[in-house]
Amino acid sequence: MSILGKYESYLGFSQAALDIKARRVQVISENIINASTPNYRAKDINFEKILGDRLKQAELNDHAPVNTKISSREIQASTFYRVPLSPSVDNNTVEIGVEQAKFGQATSDYQASLQFFEGKVSSLFKAIRGE
Amino acid sequence: MALSDILNIAGSGMNAQVVRMNTTASNLANAGVVSTTEEGAFRARRPVFEAILSSISGDAAQGGVRVTEIISDGSSPKRVFEPTNPASDEEGYVYASNVNEVAELIEMLDASRAYQNNVEVVTATRNLLSSTLEVLKTR
Repeated sequence: MSILGKYESYLGFSQAALDIKARRVQVISENIINASTPNYRAKDINFEKILGDRLKQAELNDHAPVNTKISSREIQASTFYRVPLSPSVDNNTVEIGVEQAKFGQATSDYQASLQFFEGKVSSLFKAIRGE
Repeated sequence: MALSDILNIAGSGMNAQVVRMNTTASNLANAGVVSTTEEGAFRARRPVFEAILSSISGDAAQGGVRVTEIISDGSSPKRVFEPTNPASDEEGYVYASNVNEVAELIEMLDASRAYQNNVEVVTATRNLLSSTLEVLKTR
């Protein structure tokens, strides 16, 4: 394995995690932005479904290392529409309170992944410097 | 990059809400306008919002919201008896605008709340972006 490949396998998972979390922040901010658009349906990404599919795939391939990159097709397959607590006249299913809560959750999820990534990067720096 | 896309999405939302606040302000400003004919009476205007296809559901560049058109409120103008008004017709009637001030104020409130939500999205995203950049800062 080349040195770049090693970095890839070391940091690739963090990259995929950051990517999916940023996508979720994006989907929820789209919901917030479309809070007053008629017929708009609130969406969300089910990260657990992607993970479950990946685990199944890994089991089938005898636990061979799988590609950590998440394709847009996978994201599309795990995107679901939110079921509103109460229906609205204009068929808009965005409930701003729910979305604000989910947005807060999504941003802190991103920050959590970022902390893990930061840890990996700082151990990498330590290894390079030989501390 | 998904995070910087969010800033554009929030921008489109803020833009749409500003259009909405603009039409509301125009409706309120013209609430007292009267006309001699029914056709000439001022009618309240409303922007129509539409979601832009997002990058998740299709391969479009980004999601967001846009204003497709600005429509006139369909309710008929009020016919008011005001013989002293210079704009009154032969029978002494004028046609007042169909603007409902209370509804407009609620609309304004809702638009400014939605705008604030978009600003919050921008602030949160900016913080995420800057902490992401911090990771690779020379340490």
